[in-house]
Amino acid sequence: MKLHEYQSKLIFAKFGVPIPRGKVAASASEAREIANELGGRVVVKSQVLVGGRGKAGGIKVANSSDEAEEYAAQILCMEIKGLPVRKVLIDEAANIVSEIYLGITNDRAARKPVMMVSAAGGVDIEEVARETPEKIVRVHIDPLLGLRDYQARDIAAEIDLPRDLWHAFGQIANGLWKAYQNSDANLAEINPLVITADNQLLAVDGKMVLDDNALFRHPDLAEKRDLDVEAEAEIEARKYGLSFIKLDGDIGCMVNGAGLAMTTMDIIKLFGGEPANFLDIGGGASAEKVTAAFRIILADPNIKAVLINIFGGITRGDVVARGILSAMEEIKPEVPMVVRLVGTNAEEGRQLLADANMITADTLADAAQKAVAAAKGGK
Amino acid sequence: MSILVNKDTKLVVQGITGREGLFHTEQMLAYGTNVVAGVTPGKGGQWVVNDKIPVFDSVKMAKEATGANTSVIFVPARYAADALFEAADAGIELIVCITEGIPVQDMMRVRNYLDQKEIRFVGPNCPGLLTPGESKVGIIPGDIAISGNVGVVSRSGTLTYEVLYALKQWNMGVSTCVGIGGDPINGTNFIDCLRMFEEDPQTDKVVLIGEIGGTDEEKAAEFITDHLTKPVAGFIAGQTAPPGKRMGHAGAIVEGGTGLAADKIKALEVAGVRVAKHPEQIPELLQ
Repeated sequence: MKLHEYQSKLIFAKFGVPIPRGKVAASASEAREIANELGGRVVVKSQVLVGGRGKAGGIKVANSSDEAEEYAAQILCMEIKGLPVRKVLIDEAANIVSEIYLGITNDRAARKPVMMVSAAGGVDIEEVARETPEKIVRVHIDPLLGLRDYQARDIAAEIDLPRDLWHAFGQIANGLWKAYQNSDANLAEINPLVITADNQLLAVDGKMVLDDNALFRHPDLAEKRDLDVEAEAEIEARKYGLSFIKLDGDIGCMVNGAGLAMTTMDIIKLFGGEPANFLDIGGGASAEKVTAAFRIILADPNIKAVLINIFGGITRGDVVARGILSAMEEIKPEVPMVVRLVGTNAEEGRQLLADANMITADTLADAAQKAVAAAKGGK
Repeated sequence: MSILVNKDTKLVVQGITGREGLFHTEQMLAYGTNVVAGVTPGKGGQWVVNDKIPVFDSVKMAKEATGANTSVIFVPARYAADALFEAADAGIELIVCITEGIPVQDMMRVRNYLDQKEIRFVGPNCPGLLTPGESKVGIIPGDIAISGNVGVVSRSGTLTYEVLYALKQWNMGVSTCVGIGGDPINGTNFIDCLRMFEEDPQTDKVVLIGEIGGTDEEKAAEFITDHLTKPVAGFIAGQTAPPGKRMGHAGAIVEGGTGLAADKIKALEVAGVRVAKHPEQIPELLQ
């Protein structure tokens, strides 16, 4: 789950990272008031969960509260990469001398958090990583010990930060580490961390991505979820404990298990079809879950056929089949349904489904071919 | 022979009185696994599964009373890290964690702690292990595999069952099947399993099932080139997965251009692995 810039920066500030004075506004008049309070030059920043806000015209410097109001009005009408701008952050403008990148993320290969720092801040760090990887300093943090002070000093020296800023930098690095750790973040990033004309370090922009699996520890953060970035179907799926991702094809998929769900998409493609979604119904295919899954899949108007692939294993095939049938009764799908069931009592399950005029298949390849044929109109 | 689990496995089930824990304890016992104890803090002194299995308050007590050498963890995600630390501190040699949805930072702490000890750890977010005819530790359905000479290692659950089932259809048996799990931070990885399969006299061939996300398959490919004499067949799930999306498993995500199925397939093919276009082809490729 991603947090907005203003939310991320408030968390950083709680852990001692200096941020510009500023507030969020949901209307142009509010923006004007905030700009008045702050006085002087301000930056009007769209709060949407995508990169490239500046290039899209979603960040503007205003020299007066009149201008702030005007820009806020413009920006609040914008859509950036398909996302509506609902709030703007009005920050005191900083006099920037130079920009640094400072971030912490999970390094899965090293199984440790890694702090990444670059004197080439302010730009897309992935681009820096691709084109000039030598400009990024990487320091792994022992998750049992935390960031050590010497590590922050080493980084400061490595990026040629003036010595008089080392102490402040150490506090910021440590603050960012605490923000990352205490929020169970997958990413905590200050980009840029600027050196101002009066020789202070200031976190001008911030970003956090939180670990969805750890939100139970952070009910206050869980509330901040911005539903604009998620497809409606994905939100609906989460309510039922289903994992769903929409794709562009026309064959709906309902599968138990994530690896098998991906495989089912792949095999549809292999036999000339296009999967319409990823959907993992998880363990125990109950009638309730199956019904919800059908509803979500069939809400997509592109669907021409549905492939249900359930590897029962310990879940009994006849129970799964009955669940599918009761869901069918409720939903009454109009597109052809291809079902493949494997596991205990699978044959009994298949018979039940065949009796209900569903297309059944023995193997995964057979099921995929039948689904592709059904989607193309022939059975 | 086999790897990791066999007839000498003496298993303690952490979270045995929960719904999943109890159900799978019954399944494991029915398969013939030597389940010696269960642990649920606060429920020590009870007996479960027709009064056959004693429940203890802690892993340490269970180990002292029964000599358990392996633990399987079914406790909910929010308590799983603690259960892992507990098993490690109690001196369990092999810990298998089935639980899905453990916070990543918890897993980083667990993994870095366990690395300081001589412990073999499998999972989390995995189906566990199966040595057909001897022992199953976890949730893999026992009847979909027969004993034989194919070692199977996989990041997935039901996709692994699919492959075991396909092998059985071809009358091909399995030495041990290891589900290493779908999380970004896990314990035993592909390379650990490949090394064990290479050394295991029962194993003649290996199946490796990977998926998008991370670079473990690429590293496995390097290891295969340098160290494996036994033939390997493989499959990689997620060729049609869009970038930036987590495909169900926490670890199944293409990020910043890494973790792509195509790169993994290429790396494995360069290492001489026969990569299947779909899982039902695997038995054929092992012929």
